[in-house]
Amino acid sequence: MYNYLEYGSSGDSRGVVEDQEKYDQFMARIEAGEKIEADDWMPEDYRQGLIKLISMHGISEIMGALPEKEWTPKAPTLKRKLGIMAKVQDEMGHGQLLLRVAEDLMKPYGKDRGDIIEDMLSGDLKFHNVFHMPTKTWADAGMVGWLVDGAAIISQTNMLDASYGPYQRALQRICQEEVFHAQHGEAIIMALAEGTDYQREILQESLNRWWPSLLMFFGPASAETTGSSKQDIMIKYKIRKSSNEELRQAFLDKYLPRVFSLDLTVPDETVHYDEEKEQWVYQQPDWNEFKQIIKNKGPRSKERLRLREIAYENNRWVRQALAADKVGS
Amino acid sequence: MTEVLTAEEAKKDAAYLTALKELIYQLADDDFLISFRGSEWLGLAPHIEEDVAFSSITQNTMGHAFMFYQLLEDLGEGEIDMLAHERHPSVRRNGIYLEKKNGEGNYLEEPYYDWALTVVRNFLYETFKKVKLEAITKSSYKPLANIAGKVLMEQPYHLAHWKIWMKQLLNSTEEARERIEARLNEAWEEFGDVLEYGTQATEIEHFGLIIGEDELKERWINEVSKTIENLPSTPIGKKYGSGREGEHTEDLDQALNTLSEVYMSDKEAIW
Ligand SMILES: [Fe+2]
Ligand SMILES: [Fe+2]
Repeated sequence: MYNYLEYGSSGDSRGVVEDQEKYDQFMARIEAGEKIEADDWMPEDYRQGLIKLISMHGISEIMGALPEKEWTPKAPTLKRKLGIMAKVQDEMGHGQLLLRVAEDLMKPYGKDRGDIIEDMLSGDLKFHNVFHMPTKTWADAGMVGWLVDGAAIISQTNMLDASYGPYQRALQRICQEEVFHAQHGEAIIMALAEGTDYQREILQESLNRWWPSLLMFFGPASAETTGSSKQDIMIKYKIRKSSNEELRQAFLDKYLPRVFSLDLTVPDETVHYDEEKEQWVYQQPDWNEFKQIIKNKGPRSKERLRLREIAYENNRWVRQALAADKVGS
Repeated sequence: MTEVLTAEEAKKDAAYLTALKELIYQLADDDFLISFRGSEWLGLAPHIEEDVAFSSITQNTMGHAFMFYQLLEDLGEGEIDMLAHERHPSVRRNGIYLEKKNGEGNYLEEPYYDWALTVVRNFLYETFKKVKLEAITKSSYKPLANIAGKVLMEQPYHLAHWKIWMKQLLNSTEEARERIEARLNEAWEEFGDVLEYGTQATEIEHFGLIIGEDELKERWINEVSKTIENLPSTPIGKKYGSGREGEHTEDLDQALNTLSEVYMSDKEAIW
């Protein structure tokens, strides 16, 4: 998963007059831990927030398959080839599951999956910052599984009790699979860490490159950093529990000790644990760069979108044929 | 004919061993190359559901290649990953049609892959695999017959998947039908060597490893025509030669360079 990131325009706000009584009932339900279902009444900003969150999450799963896919045919053994293929397949499956949840929420607007894909290709719908980054070596395939999926687990676990039932149930399933992804990534990393000089070299180089993106993964600590942040409303509506910074701290807590135990370093000499404040102190990544990346101005944004665009355009005749077949039968 | 129950037993008869290895290399390399081409499609299929389904077929097929390479390892040919990643093109035994690129471009850049080629190729190949493996379940080499039985448990789902695609695309738009028919005509010019056993054909049949080439071919045509009413009327050709005899195209070089890039980057390494 892919934590909620700012989405650019505020989407189509319909200026719906909120019914106070319904709103109070709705809030009472989610306060009581009840789940909201697709056909239940919900406030407009709840629906719109969810559409953005879930469609972003969905396309991030799909775009997230691309960096690893770059190394799938090249994986160094038959077992690794099989493992990474299964992993990429899972991510596509997550995308499929989530787009269905988003589609149900979009029904009142007469929109569907095609609109999501087109919004992504036009740049209106953002995908997660990590998936704009290049993969340069096989170590990156391991790094994505180990730390990107590791970060995803932390961020998704934070929403496992989300107030919106269909999303919450999708996350339950996704999280179960993510555990295998992290294990798959860790296995690749361990082989490199215990391997030849060359293997250790590409491993450290990969971690150095991914480090800022991993810090950025959880989003800015507050709205001041990048101008806006939707984390507060997501907490109010009980979609998520913790703040961006709390999640990042949880990530550092879990993974920095593992990084150091493998005799690896991170490219930040100041990083240390502050015993008094009980938190990690680290150098902030460049949040201006973050803003650029999620505007599709990252190092591989254009190329990855281009792949999706080609797949979409190039297979148009197939979709047309399937549509015709449906009508005919 | 006598049954051969173990690798050790097979190794005692040099002529038998040579014929047996030849046949298994063909099975392993066929599955490996077509599943490699499948792996290049990841993330690019016509829709997400297909991406997931195709990927699971590809994984199964590569799993089958793994089992066949394992048989070769047991016969003393060397370790599985070496067999898959290191062998020179001239000793590869896959049919040439199976190494053919998915279309224009490559999987990393401008992949103008052709779904019609993929549907036709996989349909023809899975049909072929079905008849070949069914024949092999009666092979004199028991370990191979057992693997064939195992593979045949998964394989009907694969074949069914591609049959549905063939029928759908042949019965929908004019464009889809034309694209499929064009690829079918092309396949007819190239599929010939897939149906053959290469230089050891006589011995392979003689030792009861599988039925003869002519019978296999007949069963295949029979099976294919259950799905396609109007098969091309021309004889099946071998436009680029015979992969069974180690003849290959540049497309195989591209495949091998890609699939072995990391493996070759450090041969001391354990990955
Ligand atoms: Fe995922
Ligand atoms: Fe994952």
